[in-house]
Amino acid sequence: MTPLALTDAVAAYGATRVLGPLSLTLAPGERVALVGKSGAGKSTLLALMYEQWRQREVALMPQALGLVDTLSVFHNVYMGRLDRHPWWRNLVTLARPWRDDIAKVDVLLERLGIADKRWTPCGELSGGQRQRVAAARVLYQRAQVLLADEPVSALDGPQAASVMQALADGYPMAVLAMHDLDLALRYCTRVVGIQGGEIAIDQPSQRLSVHDLQPLY
Amino acid sequence: MSMPISATVRVTLGLIVVALACLAFGDFEISAHDPWQELGRLAMGLIQPNFSSVDFLGEAILRTVAFAFVGVGLGAAAGLLLALLFQHLWVRTFCAFIRAIHELFWALIFLQSFGLHPLTGVLAIAIPYAGIFAKVYAEILDETDPEPARTLPRRAGRLSVLLYARISQAWPHLVSYTAYRLECGLRSSAVIGFVGMPTLGFHLAGAFAQGHYATVGALLILFYVLIGTLRLWVRPQLLPLYLIAAPFCLGTGLPIVWSNVSRFFTYDIVPAPLRHGEGIEGLLPWLGDLLVHQALPGIWNTLLLTQIALVLTGVLAMALFPVISRHFTGRLGGSAGHVLLVVMRSTPEYLLAFILLQLWGPSMLPAVVALALHNGGIIGHLLGRRSNEIALRQDAPRGVERYAYEVAPRVYGPFMALLFYRWEIIMRETAILGILGIATLGFYVDSAIQEIRFDRAMLLILITALLNIGVDILARRLRAKLRLRHTINRQSC
Repeated sequence: MTPLALTDAVAAYGATRVLGPLSLTLAPGERVALVGKSGAGKSTLLALMYEQWRQREVALMPQALGLVDTLSVFHNVYMGRLDRHPWWRNLVTLARPWRDDIAKVDVLLERLGIADKRWTPCGELSGGQRQRVAAARVLYQRAQVLLADEPVSALDGPQAASVMQALADGYPMAVLAMHDLDLALRYCTRVVGIQGGEIAIDQPSQRLSVHDLQPLY
Repeated sequence: MSMPISATVRVTLGLIVVALACLAFGDFEISAHDPWQELGRLAMGLIQPNFSSVDFLGEAILRTVAFAFVGVGLGAAAGLLLALLFQHLWVRTFCAFIRAIHELFWALIFLQSFGLHPLTGVLAIAIPYAGIFAKVYAEILDETDPEPARTLPRRAGRLSVLLYARISQAWPHLVSYTAYRLECGLRSSAVIGFVGMPTLGFHLAGAFAQGHYATVGALLILFYVLIGTLRLWVRPQLLPLYLIAAPFCLGTGLPIVWSNVSRFFTYDIVPAPLRHGEGIEGLLPWLGDLLVHQALPGIWNTLLLTQIALVLTGVLAMALFPVISRHFTGRLGGSAGHVLLVVMRSTPEYLLAFILLQLWGPSMLPAVVALALHNGGIIGHLLGRRSNEIALRQDAPRGVERYAYEVAPRVYGPFMALLFYRWEIIMRETAILGILGIATLGFYVDSAIQEIRFDRAMLLILITALLNIGVDILARRLRAKLRLRHTINRQSC
């Protein structure tokens, strides 16, 4: 596995530059937490990374989650692997899922505590449950890299920790936009702080405390 | 472990099973001698249209536009008045009743009383449109913010309150809806030509009968151009001019014989046994005979055809909406898709069925295909627009998977709502297509009129109206059951 690099990335809305130019390299086995004020450009940066790295196997967990409300939890999770199956098999799965697919998805749903919702349409779930479905989907996808935007923002203490643990186990290599600094320091190996569209802090987690990150806000 | 079946899927499968069963009972043979040759001649007519007979084409278009303006104008005025009284149950019932009778049936009724006078065509459009305008105007007025009315001086007159606090708010919506109905009015106006009014349908039927396919092509092309350019020539500033000029462009027709009118409404439509003084004893067998030999077979065939057309409409709509969806087509493909759907939805069912019947011979096939093409075009168009509002995630799949997993599940709810909404409309049209010789209710109405048995014709029209109202209620219940509370796009006729 090779490192992934983003070089001189720039984002602009019309004539106003909102981000960059900035460069960042992601080494194998490195989990980066993106922190900074809301509006600092974390989501934009993640979108840029996805654009640059999409040729590699990248799993994406957008902030809006991108779930299909009318499809069941199972199908939303299954969508993570649509590209691994022929189209006709995907079509059949809509009407009648394969038993071993259900079993595989169930393992993840059990771990995240939503196995009883397997056949519930996602539109009927609470915000926290939806976020766990989206997490199950990226875990099911088993890509090489995870790009996640506020993956546990709708979950409370212990649940947030268990989902973070699951994501960390599934993806040694990841970039996660976080607003909970404790969780960021606990589950990521490196912290990148964004301020004014530029990188203000870039340190391994062990060398940082929540206090060090306060100036960003 | 097995997946439960959702209510939406169950209803979908139910509709398909019913339609397949109906298929077994219907008659779908192509009886024309050489259908492909006929189709080819029509295609040649469209490719090489003959615009040389200017008087003929000019009259067809002028009369079509004139009848549409006068009919829709009167209908809108009457509809607005009725909308203001819409809180009364009797007004709502009255409006539901007059809009349940198709404009062609109204035309047939007035043809027997007023004859070929322009009033026949004008009323045939104005009456059902008034019923529809009343309902939709009332809904639009209801949706306005009640706050401004509350803040007005307490002794402000009712009319002032209405004008300043309600109609002024709703005005843009009222205008845009009315403008859309004008497009529907053009279609209705074209179609009443098939029963003798001097509009496009009349000229089209004539050209077909004489085998002048190049003229048929010219008429069709002019009709599409007329509807396609509506926005260019219907301007708010020009409307008063059109409305004043239109009544003078209706033609003269034949004079009304008033003794005929009164005879029709006081004598002809009274059931024969009552007319001949046979009382209730004579009426019951008469009713029974009519029900068993005409109404029931008519209802049966109408339902049969409606269910098949409904499912085919759904299949076409779900298959076609990607042609105008930005998630599936580029700019060029999208434009071509738009043209396809515009042509499909601006061709009235009746006109399409008439053409297909000439090509394929009489059976249920032309009717089903015509209904599905027109309604599939409308729903496909609305779904395509709906799908364009969906924002897909960056890593969304492509092709079949994008359709099956990302887009179709998201538009399926609105799709079902639209389909149920059009159920009643499809049934109304199915009944009407009987006039072309397919044995739905319209066929029996038309035959009764040919036999100068207006009492029977009136009763059959009443039965048709009740059937439409019944399906409307059923569709509303199903929508509620499936919780399809999507705001229905009113812009569909």
